[in-house]
Amino acid sequence: MSKARKYDLCIIGGGPAGISAARLAAFNGATVALFERDRLGGNSLNTGCIPSKSIIRTGRLYADIRDARALGAESPPPMADNFAETMQRARDIQARIARHESPESLAADGIDVFFGAVAFSGPRQLTTAGGENVFFKKALVCTGSRARDPDIPGLADIGYQSNETVFAMAKLPERMMVIGGGPLGCELAQAFCRLGCKVSLVHSEPKFLPMEERDAAQLLSDALSRDGVEIHLNTVATAARMVDGKKQVDLLSNGYAFSVTVDEVLTGTGRAPNVEGLGLEKAGVKFDTQAGIGVDDFLCTSNSRVYAAGDVCLPYKFTHMAEASADMAVRNALFFGHCRLSRRHIPWCTYTDPEIAHIGLYVDEANALGIPLKTYTILMLDVDRAITDGEDEGFVKIQVLQGTERIMGATIVARHAGEMINEISLAMQAGIGLSALTEVIHAYPTQAGAIKLAADACRRDRQSGLTRFLNRLSLIFS
Amino acid sequence: MENPSEQEIRSLAHDIYARMDWEWARGGMPTISQGWLPNSGFLHYGWEGYSEAIILYALALGAPALPLSPDVYNSWRDTYQWENIYGHDYLYAGPLFIHLFSHAWIDFRGIKDTFFADKNSDYFENTKRAIAVQREYTRRNPHAFKGYEADIWGLTACDGPSGSPVTVERRQQYFYGYAARGVPYGPDDGTLAPWAGLATLPFAPDASMACINRTLEAYPNLVRDGRFSSAYNPTHGGAGPEGWVADYYSGLDQGLIVLMIENHRSGMIWDLMKKIPALRRGLKAGGFGKGWLA
Repeated sequence: MSKARKYDLCIIGGGPAGISAARLAAFNGATVALFERDRLGGNSLNTGCIPSKSIIRTGRLYADIRDARALGAESPPPMADNFAETMQRARDIQARIARHESPESLAADGIDVFFGAVAFSGPRQLTTAGGENVFFKKALVCTGSRARDPDIPGLADIGYQSNETVFAMAKLPERMMVIGGGPLGCELAQAFCRLGCKVSLVHSEPKFLPMEERDAAQLLSDALSRDGVEIHLNTVATAARMVDGKKQVDLLSNGYAFSVTVDEVLTGTGRAPNVEGLGLEKAGVKFDTQAGIGVDDFLCTSNSRVYAAGDVCLPYKFTHMAEASADMAVRNALFFGHCRLSRRHIPWCTYTDPEIAHIGLYVDEANALGIPLKTYTILMLDVDRAITDGEDEGFVKIQVLQGTERIMGATIVARHAGEMINEISLAMQAGIGLSALTEVIHAYPTQAGAIKLAADACRRDRQSGLTRFLNRLSLIFS
Repeated sequence: MENPSEQEIRSLAHDIYARMDWEWARGGMPTISQGWLPNSGFLHYGWEGYSEAIILYALALGAPALPLSPDVYNSWRDTYQWENIYGHDYLYAGPLFIHLFSHAWIDFRGIKDTFFADKNSDYFENTKRAIAVQREYTRRNPHAFKGYEADIWGLTACDGPSGSPVTVERRQQYFYGYAARGVPYGPDDGTLAPWAGLATLPFAPDASMACINRTLEAYPNLVRDGRFSSAYNPTHGGAGPEGWVADYYSGLDQGLIVLMIENHRSGMIWDLMKKIPALRRGLKAGGFGKGWLA
């Protein structure tokens, strides 16, 4: 950049939010600069969803082979360690998807991409590491988040893996401890266990996935146990050290202290927003190192020219949320949009086996707010396609406002819950009531038919005594 | 009627109850903590979801000296889930014992808290529906366990077999030892508690008697010395058709049976409890009203 430039939109961060925002703005005629400190694609492509789902898929295949007899097939002989190939496949997939998000493809969309550090130097300008000033009409900060450093004495000294390093491992550890029973910890504990690693999963709370309802967490706990994961709930890691070349971690569970020796430690103890080194103070953008950048319902920061999207400002740290919030922020910032974050229904899914997906209110949240809910529950045990697939573990629970058919939330535990929750998202966003879904013809047999069964139960329930009487009456005259 | 030992037990129980600080028992949490250990302090989890803790809350709310704040009861109730399963609307809890243990002492007929105010049900009716869900579950028998049928049920907290898995319809079925078995989400390894059906006598006499008669018809060996064993599992191998059988009797189970039979026969336990001021006080503080509390 030989002289100061001015853009309609300057975007800091080339992850899912930044790329999505850049494409939307450029498509609508805005001049766009996208600044990326490291690699395009962000956590999702490089250290998150894409590599993890790749190895989860491989792990699922191993589990299916292990359980082949349950499907009337014969288990093949034990397989050789193929970890290097598993990880190479994940990297190949990353490379394939990265081609869609290359600097060249973004340039072809009319986006100026700059690599290297950049920071605000005023309320309407950025300065690059090379000292160049760039002016903007509007700016969007979507710098994402990073793995939070665990506060365990000695752990940093002996070294540990996080999602940012674990996918670069060359060799499958014989024994691994996963600390943190949130989505990341549970997904990777199960995946590495299925790949042949002896995994201990340590979690400080009484159940995994603390946000999710008890039955969902219990089914997950059962599934992890069945896979062979050694479970330590209500347990905290208090110290770590090297002993004879191995990593020894001290654990404390309800007053009982003990140690576990492993070859590797993986932590998944939350994420911290990337707010440092951005000069946010110079732009008058308020932020917090724990919660991230403060935004209003329109994703605008305390500087009306600066917006934020994705992990850096939202408690919902999901790729789909990053992209959705970026879309809203761009429309609000440049195109007279009036998109409110609170009007969107946000689904999420933990990609364990079974998967656990949720959208909307949790029952305890609703009760605390004085909103009475009724839950329609369908067990996957009663869904024909789940039975034929040998995937009958789990349930669909759909909550409606009591006395109505208005969907307020749903939790799905099923092998393909992440696919199934989208139907509920659609219904909630479009304002479609649960019993109305009975009129949507669902292909048979499908596991999503469970949602139709829940809708049928709601329809039966909602049918008043008078309606039933009139229906019987009509039978006489038909 | 009372010998010195009984008098001492009564006196000590009264003293402990009178000095109990129930707000302390929260351990700083929204609901009562599930425990406290000398070395590590409070267990950092409370009661979540409908459970047998309702009598705990009633006693805590009605304590004479340092009672629990009614807000805490409301916080616990916020974790309730009103579900429609198999066409039955009920306050969900998986294991049958949850629907029985507070009910052995408290006659919930005609009284209800605000949770049930708009639900055309109460805690007594709720137990009847929980029994119906149990029966429907064992009738469907989704895991193809031996012995399950509409009149043979009783999934609850109980001992069970452990050790090597067996093959059931080509899948490996593991066994859980002692576990709080429940419907419909499980855990379920084919283990049933024969006493549980008998303990439902006051709520669903016909279903209860059908369960007892059918169970005794199919598995007469479950009664030894005139008592039901704690648990059995026909899916797991054993000497007879009943398969694995617990080799002991639990006072908890036997006691519940006695209380429930008497409640069904005369309502004596319920009537005695209705006279206890602390229980009446506690239930009222929890928002219960009408019926025998009026």
